[in-house]
Amino acid sequence: MDGADLIALWISFRLAATTTLLLLLLCTPLAWWLAMGNSRWRVVVDAVVSLPLVLPPTVLGFYLLVLLGPFGGLGRVLHWLGMPAPAFTFSGLVIGSMLYSLPFAVQPLRDAFLAVGARALEVAATLRASSWNRFFTVALPLSARGVLSAVVLSFAHTLGEFGVVLMIGGNIPGRTQTASIALFNHAEALEYGAAYHLSAILLAVCFLLLLAVYTANRRLRATGMLA
Amino acid sequence: MSLSLRVQLARPEFALDVTCELPSRGITALFGRSGGGKTTLLRCIAGLERSARGRIDFNGESWQGNGRFVPAHRRAVGYVFQESSLFPHLDVRGNLEFGLRRVPPAQRRMGLDEAVALLDLSALLRQRAQRLSGGERQRVAIARALLTSPQLLLMDEPLSNLDQASKAEILPHLERLRDQSAIPLIYVSHALGEVMRLADHLVLLEAGRVQAAGPLQQLLARSDLPLADFEDSGSVFDAVVEEHDPAYHLSYVRIAAGRLAVSLKSVPVGGHIRVRIDARDVSLALKPPELTSIINVLPATVLDVRRDRDPAQTLVRLEAGNEPLLARITRRSAVQLGIVPGTLLYAQIKSVALMER
Repeated sequence: MDGADLIALWISFRLAATTTLLLLLLCTPLAWWLAMGNSRWRVVVDAVVSLPLVLPPTVLGFYLLVLLGPFGGLGRVLHWLGMPAPAFTFSGLVIGSMLYSLPFAVQPLRDAFLAVGARALEVAATLRASSWNRFFTVALPLSARGVLSAVVLSFAHTLGEFGVVLMIGGNIPGRTQTASIALFNHAEALEYGAAYHLSAILLAVCFLLLLAVYTANRRLRATGMLA
Repeated sequence: MSLSLRVQLARPEFALDVTCELPSRGITALFGRSGGGKTTLLRCIAGLERSARGRIDFNGESWQGNGRFVPAHRRAVGYVFQESSLFPHLDVRGNLEFGLRRVPPAQRRMGLDEAVALLDLSALLRQRAQRLSGGERQRVAIARALLTSPQLLLMDEPLSNLDQASKAEILPHLERLRDQSAIPLIYVSHALGEVMRLADHLVLLEAGRVQAAGPLQQLLARSDLPLADFEDSGSVFDAVVEEHDPAYHLSYVRIAAGRLAVSLKSVPVGGHIRVRIDARDVSLALKPPELTSIINVLPATVLDVRRDRDPAQTLVRLEAGNEPLLARITRRSAVQLGIVPGTLLYAQIKSVALMER
């Protein structure tokens, strides 16, 4: 495995970590609103959030390219503000990955919040906990499994994405070429040895991540964190 | 000092429309059929029903009214829910400390040790909620609510999901709570037995409205209320222990109408207890009965006679020593003995249930 592959792996992990962190910050309030709110727009938002599950990644990538490219709507606004267009940059990859992995973060969180239910929060309210306090001391601990699932699924899913990062990133080695794209390049060039190496690493990482989730889930259940 | 309510809330099943004044001492029971609005009213008092309209004042403090709504976590109430409501992510100690930690130390009126002793929880502190029995969970929930140092304690049928053994385990704790703490308690129940044992004051709710409210003893004796139709309807009396007779295993207690013999109790002479006499355990005689096995006989005057739900029975409302006493006898006996309002007679009491106070 050469240096370029290591860099591609590093970009993939950095991308997955950044995406996961940002998604967690963004999706927690969104999932809370979806679980606890009573707006009639919830159904629509639920459907929009789930779109990346069924949309071909290339479709998503194409729209992003159009929107974020130097001549795209958002790209032009950013250019006017003196900032580079996000297409073909690491930030472009992050934006694309966040959209692509959105349902993988929102859905486990939303389901976990739904399972917490109104009663536990009412109990906390009668025990003098304010609404913020109820969220952090009751809802979040009771949703531990959902948070863990959201983190791991977002991370692993971002690590494995291909179409979106290819479209928005443009396969620039050392900058936007992720491990999955590097793997495709190797296979196309019939460099099977390098392709084996990269595949094995990605396979092992994904397996270990899922193993960690299932082990943690069992432990959470055993200690009674989950009713 | 009281809880003053004027609450309206529309529900698909009924419209809650309650105006009442509850005393801020002792136990007030909200009693009525399921779906009558008891729990909803309790939730309104706690601040858990945001859409409730009206006015709630507690001891001069406005909790709701004039566009103001004090959220649940700022009301000085403790709430015990019907089903187990312990936090599964915390052990018993963690649950108890949840509310305690959120009360400023200067406002705390009860410490952890005191609550643990009162509800006998010392063996459970390290346990997870899931490992506890139903009765243990409710004891923890009661202690947890007490530890928020509430000025008002609300309990929503805390015993209804428990088996007989667990109920028997918790009732003495509730009685101790009533007698040892000065916190007023509003207790939702649809079990007349529980109410007769615990309550001092009664609010009857029917289809979202107050049907009657008043001291327990008076309401129990009103034959125009559905209470009288209960199989186990009866009367309660406050009694003072006068004498113990270990030879016959009896204790003698004094109520306004006279002296009653009851099974020997460990309450000291001079101690107060509540006695309960079921209407079906009272028979009536026109002359002082002689040569009878029944030792408890009280002179009484008939106030009124009314048909019972069972057409073979009548319900006779009596006055014994200025206190009301209900008797359920057959209609045939009532006619043959000529029992009409004003009749002076002797109430023979087959059994007296004792409830320590």
